[in-house]
Amino acid sequence: MSEIPGDLKFLKSHEWARAEDDGLVRVGISDHAQGQLGDLVYVELPEIGSAVKAGTGAAVVESVKAASDIYAPISGEVVEVNELLNDKPETINEDAYGAGWIFLVRPSDRAELDELLDANEYEELIENDDH
Amino acid sequence: MTEKTVLNATHRALGARMVDFGGWDMPINYGSQIEEHHAVRRDAGMFDVSHMTVIDLHGARSREFLRHLLANSVDKLKVHGKALYSCMLNEQGGVIDDLIVYYLGEEFFRLVVNAGTRAKDLAWIEQQAAAFAVQVKERPEFAMIAVQGPSARAKVLGLLHEVDRPRIEKLGKFAAAAAQGPHGMPLFVARTGYTGEDGFEIIVSDEHAVALWEALAAAGVAPAGLGARDTLRLEAGMNLYGQDMDETVSPWEANLGWTIALDEGRAFIGRAALEQQKAAGVPRVMVGLVLDDKGVLRHGQKVLTANGDGEILSGSFAPTLDKAVAFARIPAGTAGDMRVDIRGREVPVRLVKYPFVRDGKPCEGI
Repeated sequence: MSEIPGDLKFLKSHEWARAEDDGLVRVGISDHAQGQLGDLVYVELPEIGSAVKAGTGAAVVESVKAASDIYAPISGEVVEVNELLNDKPETINEDAYGAGWIFLVRPSDRAELDELLDANEYEELIENDDH
Repeated sequence: MTEKTVLNATHRALGARMVDFGGWDMPINYGSQIEEHHAVRRDAGMFDVSHMTVIDLHGARSREFLRHLLANSVDKLKVHGKALYSCMLNEQGGVIDDLIVYYLGEEFFRLVVNAGTRAKDLAWIEQQAAAFAVQVKERPEFAMIAVQGPSARAKVLGLLHEVDRPRIEKLGKFAAAAAQGPHGMPLFVARTGYTGEDGFEIIVSDEHAVALWEALAAAGVAPAGLGARDTLRLEAGMNLYGQDMDETVSPWEANLGWTIALDEGRAFIGRAALEQQKAAGVPRVMVGLVLDDKGVLRHGQKVLTANGDGEILSGSFAPTLDKAVAFARIPAGTAGDMRVDIRGREVPVRLVKYPFVRDGKPCEGI
């Protein structure tokens, strides 16, 4: 299992959010989540320009094993999606916290980030998950 | 309580992701299910299938008993070691389980049945066997390793005692024989499988299973989990009990008509119901589907046809084909253009003849 980057915030449902310097928030799923899902074979990306709401479904990832909703960690407008995942969904398995990001949001309320788990809290959560 | 096979610690040492599989703690993958799938299609992989139940039948009337118990005809078994795939039905013609029966002697047959149905199978078989004075003996002390893939047989042969090699090399498909493995360990080697590739399923006593697994690994056989086993058997067009058929489904409705032997004068359990259903017309059929668009077909999704709705049975992404395939049960008759409801989106699918993959290659029309 790879180290959890300290600048990430998490939902309990294993999505991460990274506040970027330009005020946008990048979203993906955790390395733990990709490990649980197994080999990913399909990602249903949100549409650029669509509105997402914190805590509700914004994308879907499908592994060989199962389909899984991806919840938006923050509300706002989708300004970019990771088109690479259309051809190479396995990028999430290979680099969940980097090249495997899923979409980028212009947040309507950045304060929502404060409600998310920080890296330590998330690490604790998945440790308990494993037992 | 979760049961463990004798190879449990071996799987864990290999870093397997373990899951509960019908009450057994089993490896779903050792890292990448897709890579394990390809290893079996292209070279050789091995599966721990020790959770499966081995049942030996002894008695002078064993063959007569199996004529009564099974929908396929045990009289097709004429040569020692030959195997037969069959359904075991209830009186209503529903499938209690599917199994393989081996002919090991006129008074000795071996059954291999599913793990998830172990208790009810044993109860049913014992109940039916009483009238034939056949002894029903479970063999929990056996482990089973399936070695599958184009190089699988060669890799196993290399581990056998020299004197056994030519005989096992000549072993025909769906036949089994005894042989000596590494360090002289006794093996029961069957040229059967659940992947659509050539290979062996090897029954070995628990005490030798780890040594056999390690010898196979050293010979270049890749460990593969039950996840890969599932996508391999789906591509190969093989049913999974509980998902593709159960006690509410007849073999006619599960595309298993080829396993029903309506031989003259044999009164097997469920025969009357099967004949009745055939005469009246089978209401539902099982078909193969391919999704050419992106997405994955999954168990339980609704299938829309010109004749009414059906449902996806086994469905998955198929690594050899790089798209999703499925079995579906739909109303009999002309299906017309078909669609599958994937999370509220109606996606067109193609009706195809399966298997989807044979001997490592996509079949024509897939």
